[in-house]
Amino acid sequence: MTTITDPPQGSFRLSMLLSDTRYRSLTLQAIAAICLALAIWYLGNNVAKNLAKLGLNIDFGFLGVPAGYDINQRLIEYTSQSTNLRAAFVGILNTLLVAFLACTLATIFGVLAGVLRLSNNWIVSKLMAVYVELFRNIPVLIWIVIIFTIMTAVLPGPRAFRGDEATASMLFDAFAFTNRGIYLPAPVWGAGSMVVVVTFLLSIVGVIGYRRYATKLLYDTGRMLPTFLPSLAIFFLPTILMFFIMGMPIGLEYPELKGFNFKGGIKIGGPLIAIWFALSIYTGAFIAENVRAGIQAVSKGQTEAAAALGLRSGRIMSLVVLPQALRVIIPPLISNYLNITKNSSLAILVGYADVTATLGGITLNQTGRAIECVLLLMLFYLVISLSISAVINVYNNAIKLKER
Amino acid sequence: MKKTVFLGALTVAGLAAGVAAAGTLDDVKARGKLNCGVTTGLVGFAAPDANGEWAGFDVSICRAVAAAVLGDPSAVEFVPTTGKTRFTALASGEIDMLARNTTWTFSRDVDLKFTFVGVNYYDGQGFMVPKDLGVSSAKELDGATVCIQTGTTTELNLADFFRSNNISYEPVPIETNAEAQQQYLAGACDVYTTDASGLAATRATFEAPADHVLLPEIISKEPLGPLVRHGDNEWGDVVRWTLNAMVTAEELGVTSANIAEMSAGTDNPEINRLLGTEGTLGEMLGLSADWGKNAIMAGGNYGEVFAKNIGEETPIGLARGLNAQWTNGGLLYSPPFR
Ligand SMILES: N[C@@H](CCC(=O)N[C@@H](CS)C(=O)NCC(=O)O)C(=O)O
Repeated sequence: MTTITDPPQGSFRLSMLLSDTRYRSLTLQAIAAICLALAIWYLGNNVAKNLAKLGLNIDFGFLGVPAGYDINQRLIEYTSQSTNLRAAFVGILNTLLVAFLACTLATIFGVLAGVLRLSNNWIVSKLMAVYVELFRNIPVLIWIVIIFTIMTAVLPGPRAFRGDEATASMLFDAFAFTNRGIYLPAPVWGAGSMVVVVTFLLSIVGVIGYRRYATKLLYDTGRMLPTFLPSLAIFFLPTILMFFIMGMPIGLEYPELKGFNFKGGIKIGGPLIAIWFALSIYTGAFIAENVRAGIQAVSKGQTEAAAALGLRSGRIMSLVVLPQALRVIIPPLISNYLNITKNSSLAILVGYADVTATLGGITLNQTGRAIECVLLLMLFYLVISLSISAVINVYNNAIKLKER
Repeated sequence: MKKTVFLGALTVAGLAAGVAAAGTLDDVKARGKLNCGVTTGLVGFAAPDANGEWAGFDVSICRAVAAAVLGDPSAVEFVPTTGKTRFTALASGEIDMLARNTTWTFSRDVDLKFTFVGVNYYDGQGFMVPKDLGVSSAKELDGATVCIQTGTTTELNLADFFRSNNISYEPVPIETNAEAQQQYLAGACDVYTTDASGLAATRATFEAPADHVLLPEIISKEPLGPLVRHGDNEWGDVVRWTLNAMVTAEELGVTSANIAEMSAGTDNPEINRLLGTEGTLGEMLGLSADWGKNAIMAGGNYGEVFAKNIGEETPIGLARGLNAQWTNGGLLYSPPFR
């Protein structure tokens, strides 16, 4: 038997680019890349030429011009005299706000429904199955419209709260549920309120410290300290004490009916609620399935082994099953978060001023700069989606199975 | 993924290439159908009737143009557009002309590059409120929640009005008139603002129109008219002179009742030129000699179309006002047919 020798070096012939399998694939890839580049160049050139022929040109100057329209929900200072760029930022912040809120709530819905769907209680598990199938199989657009319509039709308008024979009234005189949004009392920060806030932050640190200490003690000595009640106490007591010591510096401002609308307090607008709730409940159904799959992916043997060691079922879930299930749950969770962010662009449907509604809607329409606006929108969604994946991938790497 | 991007780019390129080719008149003739952009539904101006046939004041312009070009007022494909989509639809070539309560403004003409061929309704922006709100002037609307259609001049006028009067409001941007109506009736906004004609048309469809009032303020000028793309003047001429034919017909007393008789020839030379029994106006436009007659026969002259769709006899009940002939103290003044 002869050993395989390397082909003689240096005798490279041009024909080998096609005949030799080692080079052929490279050749083909190079050709494909050139074709793709040519095609992109051709298309780009074609678009540019035709735009020029129509007398249109790509120009981002419109971003510096006053927008001229008002926006109902703004997290930063904005008036109709602000620039289109600022309007875009108002929209971006609104998109990020609703994406963040919806991701959080969807995760809560999803985990609850996913775990409960595996419950031994027949009714509970069937109810969760109905939830998942109902919400997963109807387009989110329809859910947004349904929820918004129900909200505006069922809840009373601010006018119903007025007069002697008002047909609606505020809850505890502090909360008003109207078809334009929900009004809550807002905190008013008086002198000395900082001390209370700092105390509160310190007590959170305290809770974490106490739990660390308890775990360490458990591992070192095997002695178990109660954690729940002491945590609760550390969380609340110092802050409440400090609140009274400082002479109750934090007050509440209640919403009040003034003129056409409620004034004062915090307003959570109807459009925000509708889109937030719709995205959460829709995506929550998908997350529920991921959670169920993740839990079921952990083999029964793990649970049984943990039970044999004498762990209670709650602890089996939190110490044995969930940490392993998370590895299955996290990757699809990313794509659900991305879906929420992208689906939030349906917000204009209910008049929520997200970035698609401001930059990609009103600005685009009023300036006629369609190509520029859409390019910017694409860039924004790309950057935000890649950032979300990056963050969750870091988390995923931190919890994934470490092969040692 | 790569493939869809590629195909998408290809469509964009193809679209751009398609638009660059002018000759809309030839396209329409070859197609045998006029693609006309209208509203998504505003009774009186453009809405499908009980039989699913589009009818209304703006629709009549589309039908008149189709009759002038193709000799058939029903050879129209109506494309519903929202305030937001209408300009893209026109610029991309999806529609040949737009007749959708669209205000003639400087930037739409110069920057968006559309040719407004004339004005078929002189309007202004108004406010509608429920009567029991007890408001009698728009200046009392401080703090109100206002429904507006996005992508309209309405949106910008509103911001200007409230700013210059130093009062505040909360805008609720809405895509179509139907949604706005629903929000307004549900009390999700206190006020609905749009063109006064649109308010009248919307109110006419309410169950209890009398419970709602239009405030006296008219805060803007809204000359509404049909428009086409820049760069195709032949086509622009066709649409412009079709509109002028309807206006001139009213001025000269040509109606759908007497047009058959008049097109046998009259002793008024302008009527004869308009109806194609004298001169070669049709040929100059690239149309048949009886184009003007066909256009007027499609739905009648301007006055008849007005009276039938939005006039005082209809539930919408708009008076002619500014839209009367210049001979009656209005602004309608068609250049002569000569
Ligand atoms: N004239 C204004 C407003 C036009 C407009 O949107 N009008 C409304 C009401 S008058 C309409 O036609 N709505 C019908 C629809 O929603 O499709 C403009 O050109 O921007």
